[in-house]
Amino acid sequence: MGVPDDLELFEQMCFLRHFEERADSLYRQGLIHGPVHLGLGQEAVAVGAASVLRPGDYSLGTYRGHAHALARGAPADAVLAELLGREGGICGGKGGSMHITSVEHGYYGSYAIVGAHLPVACGLAWAARIRRTGQVTVCFFGDGATNIGAFHEAVNLAAVWRLPVVFVCENNWYMEYTPIGDVIPVALPAADRAAAYGLDRIVVDGNDVAAVREVVGDAVRAARDGHGPSLVEAQTYRLKGHSAADGGAYRPAEEVARWRERDPLLRTRATLTAEGTAAGKLDEIDARIKADLAELARQVLARPAPDPAGAWTDVWSDGSWQWRN
Amino acid sequence: MAELTYRQAVAAALAQEMARDDRVVLLGEDVASGGVFKTTGGLRERFGADRVWDTPISEQAIAGAAMGAAMAGLRPVAEIMFADFYATCWDQVANEIAKVRYMTGGQVSLPLVLRGANGSGGLGFGSQHGQSVENWAMTVPGLKIASPAGPAEAFGLLAAAIRDDDPVVVFEHKALYGRKEAMPDTGPDGEHVLPLGQARTVRAGRDVTLVGLSITVGTCLAAADELAAEGIEAEVIDLRTLVPLDAAAVLSSVARTGRLVVAEENPGQLGWGASIAAIAAQEAFGDLAAPVTRVSGGNVPLPVAASLEAEVDVSVSRIAGAVRGVLGASRPLSSTG
Repeated sequence: MGVPDDLELFEQMCFLRHFEERADSLYRQGLIHGPVHLGLGQEAVAVGAASVLRPGDYSLGTYRGHAHALARGAPADAVLAELLGREGGICGGKGGSMHITSVEHGYYGSYAIVGAHLPVACGLAWAARIRRTGQVTVCFFGDGATNIGAFHEAVNLAAVWRLPVVFVCENNWYMEYTPIGDVIPVALPAADRAAAYGLDRIVVDGNDVAAVREVVGDAVRAARDGHGPSLVEAQTYRLKGHSAADGGAYRPAEEVARWRERDPLLRTRATLTAEGTAAGKLDEIDARIKADLAELARQVLARPAPDPAGAWTDVWSDGSWQWRN
Repeated sequence: MAELTYRQAVAAALAQEMARDDRVVLLGEDVASGGVFKTTGGLRERFGADRVWDTPISEQAIAGAAMGAAMAGLRPVAEIMFADFYATCWDQVANEIAKVRYMTGGQVSLPLVLRGANGSGGLGFGSQHGQSVENWAMTVPGLKIASPAGPAEAFGLLAAAIRDDDPVVVFEHKALYGRKEAMPDTGPDGEHVLPLGQARTVRAGRDVTLVGLSITVGTCLAAADELAAEGIEAEVIDLRTLVPLDAAAVLSSVARTGRLVVAEENPGQLGWGASIAAIAAQEAFGDLAAPVTRVSGGNVPLPVAASLEAEVDVSVSRIAGAVRGVLGASRPLSSTG
């Protein structure tokens, strides 16, 4: 994999943006069965981090995980089919929006119990350490997860065992509807906890894709070189509510407006135009991706629902589901 | 094979599987030095530090790390020191480990084992270290459950659990760790493995079927001895595993005896015995000459003082008393005479 240029990063973020906008629209039309949590505004973290990983590396995310799966290469039609409960869903219709997983692309799952996947990330990294494969695990989680026990158990274990894992806190400043500052006794949820585990205090502008690439890239390199784990706090903002059902009205309008100015796509666009890319070219890319995703949604919606027999598969590894004879 | 204690059998099974498959790795609190119950003795010395890992007191990290390592293709065996501690990592066990294969549409398998010391057995461990908690796991589809009743089973079921491609929770009984028995003859490969989901008829009898698991198998056998002196012949079935459940073994025994008594160490509230009773009521109604009867631990948190503990634990006399009651309550069956 070559080093992606700014235009490629823009395209990838643009894709995630339009995917989530499309998902939002489908949700509002009542076409998605179950909850949906959008990563609108947080695209630079997913794209920047994925861009420094190798194909064999592991990553894991949360119920706000569409972007993290897609950024690793999960096929958009299969992710959409999972959201829409159509045939060909990436989890066969058994995971839904909150559990998008693409093991084939190194994305070992979206986890919907807050913080639960940090210990799992330790296990993937532990296996890589035992086998000396050089694989790195990157684990994304929200600011709210820094208050749950699994976070502390996992970061501690990773530090004690010197595991090749990078914990990336996507600090979007809200744990569901509550400002994170109301529920932590320190200023920054992840960075200010790092010292407790002997780790460096690392903060990055999570709306700046180049900065994410650099900081997460350094952490991934350190993990690969055997220097153990890192805890990175990427400061970002979700442009919509906690879930698609939440209007986010608890957030001051001026705060939302301030963060809209720092939209990662606008910033990458500004960088590109400053470097000489024509604004019209970027608009073309944007329009093409938007149209492609609209068409993809139409195609996936035309698919049939999964065969009900699928409810009885993927229980035991031998193909059976029975618990008794 | 030599005589081994139950705890030696656990260590021997781990050694057998670690020697056979270098993907088998151990983690848990104090496991490198042999463990609190001395079930992992000598394994770090024999297999090296890369195969046996001490952890902090962090059950969520232990269970979660086992899950991640299993997804990556290792076959981890995680020790949860006391089974009561599953409560501290229940999210990992019930929400993650049990479900990730299904939720991902079969993208991963979890060949992992969670094992630890379960049960009361009259040792005075009390409410937070002496519970029998197989029931907890049995409420969650996606987990297999083994509960060995003796050293040979502790060896064979653990070996099978490690070879299984799905998560298996092995409940070792802490009051049985010192029990000793000869290991059975092994096959040409010299390995001892017992299939999961296959109950064992420990004693044959025509009058009543006693179903036990783990420590209650021995209690049922002792009750059967007592009843034999009265001319009552009890058949004793050791379930060995709750998932997969060998219901057929129970049903075929009940078809012969017409009576069923289930003995479980845990409180009766929604205990596994209720599932056995329900299966018998639904599928063997015509065979039953008497109501299915359950003998269980008391529906209270577990007390410590020996006299209090004995009051609520399953005992030989309570099982024997239940059998006498069942025989007294029996009715003639039109179908079987």
